Amino acid sequence: MAGSSTTLQTAYFGSYVPLLAIIVVGVLLVFAMFGGNALLRPSHATPEKLLTYECGVDPVGEGWAQTHVRYYVYAYLYVVFAVDAVFLFPWATVFAGLGWVSVAEMGVFIGFIAVGLVYAWRKGVLTWT
Amino acid sequence: MTSSSASLFPRLAEEGGHAVPVIHQVPADGVFALLWVIIALPALGAAIILLGGGNRTKGFAHLLGCATVLGSFAISLVSFFALLGRDETDRSVGQFLWTWVDAGSFRADMALLYDPLSALFLLLITGVGSLIHLYSIGYMEHDERRARFFGYLNLFVAAMLMLVLSDNYLGVFLGWEGVGLASYLLIGFWQHKPSAAVAAKKAFVVNRVGDIGMALGTMLVFATFGTVAFAPVSEVAGEAPTATMTALGLLFLLAACGKSAQVPLQSWLLDAMEGPTPVSALIHAATMVTAGVYLVVRSNFIYDYTEVAQTAVVVVGTVTLLWGAIIGCAKDDIKKALAGSTMSQIGYMMLAAGLGPYGYAFAIFHLLTHGFFKANMFLGAGSVMHAMNDDVDMRHYGALQKAVPVTFLTFAMGYLAIIGFPGFSGFWSKDKIIEASFGESTLVGLCALVGAGITAFYMTRVMLMTFFGQKRWEEGVHPHESPKIMTVPLIVLAALSVLGGLLLFGDFVTDWLTPAVGAVAHHELAFAPWVFSLIVTVVVAVGVTIAWLTVGRNEVPRTAPQNVSFVTRAARADLYGDALNEELLMRPGDRFVTGLVGFDDKGVDGVVNGTGTAFAGMSGTFRKLQTGYVRSYALSVLSGAVLVVVALLAVNLT
Amino acid sequence: MTTLAVSPLLSESVGDFTKPSIEYFDLSPLLIIIGVALAGVIVEAFVPRRLRYVVQTLVAVVGTIAALVMTVFVALGLEPRGDNAGFGAIAAEGAIAVDGPTVFLWGTILVLTLISVFLFAERHLEGGVTAFAGQAAALPGTEAEREASTKGLEHTEVFPLMMFAVAGMLLFPASNDLITMFVALEILSLPLYLLCGLARRRRLLSQEAALKYFMLGAFSSGFFLYGIALVYGYAGSMNLGDIAEAVSGTIGADPLLLGGIGLLAVGLLFKVGAAPFHAWTPDVYQGAPTAVTAFMAACTKVAAFGALLRLFYVGFGAARWDWTPMIWVVAILTMATGCVLALTQSDIKRMLAYSSIAHAGFILTGFVGLNAVATPGTAELTSLQAVLFYLVTYGFMTIGAFAVVTVVRDSSGEATHLSRWSGLGKESPFVAGVFAFFLLGMAGIPLTSGFTGKWAVFTSAWQGGAWPLVVVAALLSAVAAFFYIRVIVLMYFSDPVGEGPTVVMPSVLTTIVIAVGFAATVALGVVPGPVLDLAAHAGQFVR
Repeated sequence: MAGSSTTLQTAYFGSYVPLLAIIVVGVLLVFAMFGGNALLRPSHATPEKLLTYECGVDPVGEGWAQTHVRYYVYAYLYVVFAVDAVFLFPWATVFAGLGWVSVAEMGVFIGFIAVGLVYAWRKGVLTWT
Repeated sequence: MTSSSASLFPRLAEEGGHAVPVIHQVPADGVFALLWVIIALPALGAAIILLGGGNRTKGFAHLLGCATVLGSFAISLVSFFALLGRDETDRSVGQFLWTWVDAGSFRADMALLYDPLSALFLLLITGVGSLIHLYSIGYMEHDERRARFFGYLNLFVAAMLMLVLSDNYLGVFLGWEGVGLASYLLIGFWQHKPSAAVAAKKAFVVNRVGDIGMALGTMLVFATFGTVAFAPVSEVAGEAPTATMTALGLLFLLAACGKSAQVPLQSWLLDAMEGPTPVSALIHAATMVTAGVYLVVRSNFIYDYTEVAQTAVVVVGTVTLLWGAIIGCAKDDIKKALAGSTMSQIGYMMLAAGLGPYGYAFAIFHLLTHGFFKANMFLGAGSVMHAMNDDVDMRHYGALQKAVPVTFLTFAMGYLAIIGFPGFSGFWSKDKIIEASFGESTLVGLCALVGAGITAFYMTRVMLMTFFGQKRWEEGVHPHESPKIMTVPLIVLAALSVLGGLLLFGDFVTDWLTPAVGAVAHHELAFAPWVFSLIVTVVVAVGVTIAWLTVGRNEVPRTAPQNVSFVTRAARADLYGDALNEELLMRPGDRFVTGLVGFDDKGVDGVVNGTGTAFAGMSGTFRKLQTGYVRSYALSVLSGAVLVVVALLAVNLT
Repeated sequence: MTTLAVSPLLSESVGDFTKPSIEYFDLSPLLIIIGVALAGVIVEAFVPRRLRYVVQTLVAVVGTIAALVMTVFVALGLEPRGDNAGFGAIAAEGAIAVDGPTVFLWGTILVLTLISVFLFAERHLEGGVTAFAGQAAALPGTEAEREASTKGLEHTEVFPLMMFAVAGMLLFPASNDLITMFVALEILSLPLYLLCGLARRRRLLSQEAALKYFMLGAFSSGFFLYGIALVYGYAGSMNLGDIAEAVSGTIGADPLLLGGIGLLAVGLLFKVGAAPFHAWTPDVYQGAPTAVTAFMAACTKVAAFGALLRLFYVGFGAARWDWTPMIWVVAILTMATGCVLALTQSDIKRMLAYSSIAHAGFILTGFVGLNAVATPGTAELTSLQAVLFYLVTYGFMTIGAFAVVTVVRDSSGEATHLSRWSGLGKESPFVAGVFAFFLLGMAGIPLTSGFTGKWAVFTSAWQGGAWPLVVVAALLSAVAAFFYIRVIVLMYFSDPVGEGPTVVMPSVLTTIVIAVGFAATVALGVVPGPVLDLAAHAGQFVR
């Protein structure tokens, strides 16, 4: 049994070998491209050229900046719905076979999330100012 | 206890040629239905007086106290005559009151047994008790706490009655402890005197030793027979192994030694004289100290099956009768002299009880007569002390026969009775014991005979020093006769001392007790009984003569001479009983306790405190790990996790 | 062999999908509590501010009682399982086991929750507001905080938060697969992190406590999760039954399994506060609002021990000889840490925190005794029965003791420093007496539930052969008695320092809590029989 457990592990990890290969190749590719680029291009540095590229606008202030906490709440609410959608799509493929009970159950699930949204709304999180 | 557990007819177990009686009870009816009242009356009196408090009951406590005991006496008397009228086989009356303890296989009833033995005791306790109660009215008249005194006396009487009426060992034990308590309270009644307090404590502690015997004996009875009631035990006693019977006999002998002040537990009785004189008369002469004799006689169905224990009883009795007599010779304190005499006389009773069925009746007979004449003499001594401003030193007495004539005459009756003057009660009872002990063994008989001579000596000494010779009174002492309330009981007791011998008339007392203790044909004696009586009388006469020659003819010094013989010094020091106790028991005990205390202080406390300090130190050190920084906590979690995983792997993969 | 390596889902076609069956009745206590929590959120959103407190309290109380009633019905409806002494069934497609121990723990948690709700709702002590921050978002010491305070604001969200935590606690010991267990762990933890930071007084301490708890909790969750991964790698399944099968089918040790056991143990031992994963306990217990501390100390421990028992008895039962030595060491370390460090504490809440660590050690003693089957008809106890009983006794004593802490106050709020407790016996004999009783109970003095609890776990451990552990535990109990009794001495034989503490008369709510705790401690000490029988009747875990 100890032997079979070893085989099991070999088989288990063996199926990840292609993935590992792809990762290795990917990393190598990045180094190869940037390396090639650095070798081939000319280098004429000016102060403007050394500035951080930010959509053509001059950078203002420090690189470390505080973000308003509301962004976090918004992001959070978005993630809630994203996760909700992740569950909804697979369900959508089978619900026809499961009947109205399953629709109700999914309604409850969405309702749960809606409760959170309603709370956020009533507490004034959704108003920006 | 109903008769259901006993067989319908008394079964006589044959053992060694004599019949050991089996207790067979018949239900109580008629006047016997009132048996419980005999105990209840004084108990009620005690409850009213003690719970009501001295101030509230002051006015009537002494009357109530006397009334309850007199009531009990009346019922006892009626019951006695009722019992007298019954068939000999019907004379064990049982009264079941209630189930006292019922726990698993252990069951003890609150039940009474009224048979010839307890009947006599009831008469003695309530009769003499009544007289002493009456006497106390006068004796304690000027004491502020007289009400409490009567409460205690009633408590004592109730406990003593419980002791002799119970039909089982547990009930006896209850009474046994009750009289012990009452005795403790009464010895220490004048608690403001350190000597009284110490004496009370001593009596209590020494009695504890005896009580252990009583308690263990009761337990062993239960363990052996599965019951503690007399009737069923007496039925099957013959079937128990002899070794067990011996153990029981010795345990109950230990108990008897404690309560009856027998050697080696004799030391408390002399000190107990610190109590008021009526207490000495009632408890430490007439009744409580005879409880040991009662226990041995009542347990006849045990002693009859064990020669070892019987012999032990005889030895204890013989030693004590001499011991007490010798002490009595040297005491100048009138009460202590009488106390020595009490020890000695109880020694006689124990000796008789140890002789088996042959001696039981004489033990009880002597117990009764002794109860009369010793109570008489104690009360007489109290009366003398009353006259002499509570001085107890006989060297301060002398020539009192004119000053207190009634006391003198009654005391003289007691005196004649105790030395065994022919015709007086003591003559009959002591004579019988000496005669019986010669039947047992010549040595024992000789000891008893010598004891009689010594008794004659020291009692004559007391008599001479107190009532005859020159006045050696302290200044300002004007002796006067006591009031009627005190002298009347004296007269009654004196009469009983004289006439107590009538109980033997027609062998009444031995026949009467036969159903309770059994009977046996008399031993063959070397001489006819009247020869013995003659010898005893001669020895007594010798004792009296010696006393006359040494005490009566000479001037009695007002202070005790110091350059006396070793024997006298030893006797004055109670034959070094206390010193022996101190050396053998107290000092080692003290040293042991001192050692233990030292060990506790240094060793145990040291270890405890050391451990405490060590833990506190550890705690102080390790709490520094609790820094309050999450990073260090996380580190500890991480290292813990690593440890756990590594340990798991290391242990299981090697 | 290779099929095990691939998720079973992938090998099935979509058409084979069957609707999962949910045993709504069996799960009703859990669902009710979740519903109550959601209702609390809605109440928070729509009910006017002045009514919220009353409505929230009512919702929580009624919901908890309803869940409790349903628990009783579920318990009565448990089906015996043919194989062994177990009752109940696996519900929710193998995710949740509703069996005897589960129901027993549910009942315990819900009763403790009920009295904790009363403690949360106490408004009398702070002069008409709850003991929670008026506005959690306001920085301590700012104008905003003062404003919130003067307006008498209070966070009634504590009730739904608490209910979410309770939902997690109910799910935790019932979860029959590792992922469910992890989800339950997070559901119960997250609200607690928040609740810890909501103290009205000494807010910095409170927030620090919350942050510490959160960070360390997250850290330990990581271990737990990694342990799940390793065990999955070993057994190819998350399901405890399948894991048990895999474990009993293995001869010899497997690093994956051992590593998984170790890391899962870390996650759970962290939650129960066992050494060396206990470091958060004193800080958090001290900083958190006392009502939360009481709730957390009692209910979390019950739930976490339930999960620990299930995971190790069911999942790793066959590998017990591999993990027993580890738990032995942890148990001894935990008892020693709790008992020794409590000696020098000067804060009553910290002392109680260390005391709870020590109790965790005692429970571990019973847990590791492994007396799985009691001989019928004898007085033998199974480990499970002993631990369940101990958890009940511990829960009531703890909540009661912390409830007493809330009423002993001075001008700055609760007087938690021990020196402030000296002379309390003269100030308020009644409160001091009750507290002394709780302390005696924790010390395990006979006629208190603490004694019977200790007796139960020690007996079962002894019968299971762990007698050295029992000896150590008994010795450390003696050490523990010292610091409990020290407080009693302080209360009764020392003179008050300065003005001395004052005992504020609480409302009927806290009074009920103290009374229930006291009554349970007495009752379980004098007549432990019924609850012990109930614990015995709970039978074994089912797979």
